[in-house]
Amino acid sequence: MTRKTEIAMVEFTLPKNSKITQGKTWQHAPAGARETEFRIYRWSPDDEANPHIDTYYVNRDDCGPMVLDALIWIKNNIDPTLTFRRSCREGVCGSCAMNIDGTNTLACTKAIDDNKAPVRIYPLPHQPVVKDLVPDLKNFYAQYASIEPWLHTTSPTPEKEWKQSHEDRTKLDGMYECILCACCSTSCPSYWWNSDRYLGPAALLQANRWVQDSRDEATGDRLDNLEDPFRLYRCHTILNCSKACPKSLNPAKQIAQLKKAMVDRQV
Amino acid sequence: MATNGKTNDAPAVNGKAYPITDHSYDVVVVGAGGSGLRAVVGCSEAGLRTACISKVFPTRSHTVAAQGGIAAALGNMGEDDWRWHMYDTVKGSDWLGDQDAIEYLCRNAPAAVYELEHWGLPFSRRDDGKIYQRPFGGMTTHYGKGTAQRTCAAADRTGHAMLHTMYGQALRHSAEFYIEYFAIDLIMDEEGRCRGVVALNLDDGSMHRFSANMTILATGGYGRTYFSCTSAHICTGDGNAMVLRAGLPLQDMEFVQFHPTGIYGAGCLITEGVRGEGGYLVNSEGERFMERYAPSAKDLASRDVVSRSMTIEIREGRGVGKNKDHIFLHLDHLDPKVIHERLPGIAESSRIFAGVDVTREPIPVIPTCHYNMGGIPTNYHGEALTKKNGNADTVVPGLMALGEAACVSVHGANRLGSNSLIDLVVFGRAAALRCAEIITPNAEQPALPKDSADSALSRLDRLRHASGSTSTAQLRLNMQKAMQSHCAVFRTGPVLEEGHKLIHDIHAGMADVHVTDRSLIWNSDLIETLELDNLMAQAVVTMDAAKNRTESRGAHAREDYPERDDKNWMKHTLSWLDAKGNVTLDYRPVHTYTLTNDVAYIEPKARVY
Repeated sequence: MTRKTEIAMVEFTLPKNSKITQGKTWQHAPAGARETEFRIYRWSPDDEANPHIDTYYVNRDDCGPMVLDALIWIKNNIDPTLTFRRSCREGVCGSCAMNIDGTNTLACTKAIDDNKAPVRIYPLPHQPVVKDLVPDLKNFYAQYASIEPWLHTTSPTPEKEWKQSHEDRTKLDGMYECILCACCSTSCPSYWWNSDRYLGPAALLQANRWVQDSRDEATGDRLDNLEDPFRLYRCHTILNCSKACPKSLNPAKQIAQLKKAMVDRQV
Repeated sequence: MATNGKTNDAPAVNGKAYPITDHSYDVVVVGAGGSGLRAVVGCSEAGLRTACISKVFPTRSHTVAAQGGIAAALGNMGEDDWRWHMYDTVKGSDWLGDQDAIEYLCRNAPAAVYELEHWGLPFSRRDDGKIYQRPFGGMTTHYGKGTAQRTCAAADRTGHAMLHTMYGQALRHSAEFYIEYFAIDLIMDEEGRCRGVVALNLDDGSMHRFSANMTILATGGYGRTYFSCTSAHICTGDGNAMVLRAGLPLQDMEFVQFHPTGIYGAGCLITEGVRGEGGYLVNSEGERFMERYAPSAKDLASRDVVSRSMTIEIREGRGVGKNKDHIFLHLDHLDPKVIHERLPGIAESSRIFAGVDVTREPIPVIPTCHYNMGGIPTNYHGEALTKKNGNADTVVPGLMALGEAACVSVHGANRLGSNSLIDLVVFGRAAALRCAEIITPNAEQPALPKDSADSALSRLDRLRHASGSTSTAQLRLNMQKAMQSHCAVFRTGPVLEEGHKLIHDIHAGMADVHVTDRSLIWNSDLIETLELDNLMAQAVVTMDAAKNRTESRGAHAREDYPERDDKNWMKHTLSWLDAKGNVTLDYRPVHTYTLTNDVAYIEPKARVY
């Protein structure tokens, strides 16, 4: 779906200008070189053309092992107009999340050889596309902000640190590591359908990170904020989120913990 | 006063007009890493209308990659004192650090860490609930006598935890973010005051002019001038280059830190915290060679010392691997529980990027470009400085710099591990306090000169339509190779002379650059070219400053001048760059005094670990 179309999610066929067409096939690697074929989604906001799939051949003798290395190699050597986000290149910043070989993941930590060839690369699904592999994540970020990701306290702040037992600190493991790459949320069919009102696995995992923090004193307010037919309860335990997470976190488990906290406070 | 969102007609550039949207704020912060966000939070708290411009979403900033920790003399693990932290930092800096600024850093460090904790940073804990602290290189007790445990950590993801915590605080204060806006140039007026910044919105290709009473550059380092670096792709020192183009100097650019343990090949960082937790380096003979080079601190000597020792081992044929060109880092003797709890991130990185199970095998590592001690000269309030009429502490009105972009100078010739994260928050806070002191909220701003965006627009337009014969990628590679081969861990006169010629030739090659993508929306070909233009300027001054400094100090190791020369060289280098690529060098005295009488000036002595 391109930003220009802004279709309602209940339409079952894409409008004509969103249909993906066959694009350009670029040159092969030099004879004798080991090459891998990449088929990459392209869409430019500057013309009226439909999205298309370009085919590139990456010279593996001249390229690093990861999918991000291949994208950079293509940009440097074949087609400088190919557009994607990247920053840390070591799996901690979350910039290069995209759909590779049918799975949402980080291009920088996904080895080229772990994919079927040709390697098919699309932007994260069901987000408006700004250009090529760059999705518009404004809604995703706004949802993150809505869970108020900071410590809420009412007790007088101590002069030194809030004490937190080793055991209580361990409860944050599996959540604080989230890099906000959006791989989980954009892999969730429930989120595809209701991303306007369902917060999605990433924001919910973050919500639970603060609910579980022994220092936080706003658990009630945080749960109130989620007590809604959509925000939390549109999770139907499909578990795509946990399968997709490139940091091996388990958002579905954290959502379950939130649902349990909702029940616990009523009994 | 211009209202936000007002669109004016821009001057035509090359026959094509770029419409400009005007904004006006009390403070504009460029960069949303650790120091930028801390300044944004502080200025917002002070009631100043604050905008933060960033070329990436804040949690993608390079602070996210910091691993090992943040130094502060909390004394949670045993006796500690900020004066000992100060001594270590001065010694680590090889006496090039300004001791007033270092005192400010170390005495304010504990409060800064507690503040982060109060904001929710998930620090690793001791059994009694206090923040856990680990040993780190160069950190000692009793002025060099014992080993300090001073580095607070969230496992080995401290930067990540810190950046996310501070972004949360910025959200809490409803700070105004301009995300994925690329800053092109500063707006300077005739009196030399900085009046704001011009930026390109990647999302729709529109131009924006931000007018502000204070512009704070928190744009990070320029690690990408080197071929092999731990830095993210975004580390292109854009603020430093904007300062050079504004006719202002950068300071101590010859001091580039090589981290001892980047993963061989991939360049990804392996934290010094590995050695803090008991890991050690071995050569091809299985020898723990650091015992020879630093009998007392061993593997926890300062980074410059360890990187040089490793380089010597490799040079003398005791490197490991097929080509004997790297070193092994062992942590397979550590309890897997310790690795799981305190070093989970590097276990993951080693598996992904080196195919190594750290509980069984060593990690192949090599010294890798990591941190720029040099940058925009500032005082300890964060105010940018220049040398004017002989006064080397002349404040540039309207301009501040923070973090890796700045040279306060607390790191001097070599930064200690875990001193960068504390630098970000202590001076981010200091800058905000200074802004609160000198800026009146909503104060009227004189209208910007009509042509204030012209030079930025011409620069953008020139590069957007650049149709030379060399690709951005090719020029960048040439620059990175030249810096790596001529200006790395060890340096020497003839090689630097050759490097000087080489890098100036490559810099001149920018005139022949070719940009393929002519669009404006998310034109990453153009952005990479603007970034390359920024990198190139810094590469040139780095090489020339290195050639000029005929002594060895901290990270600047000259084989032809192996000794530190306090008589002639205990001074900061200032470097200016003109539009033609000519470098002018001058000096600033090192501040040989402290801030208060609570601590005496630490006299220079031989630096032995």
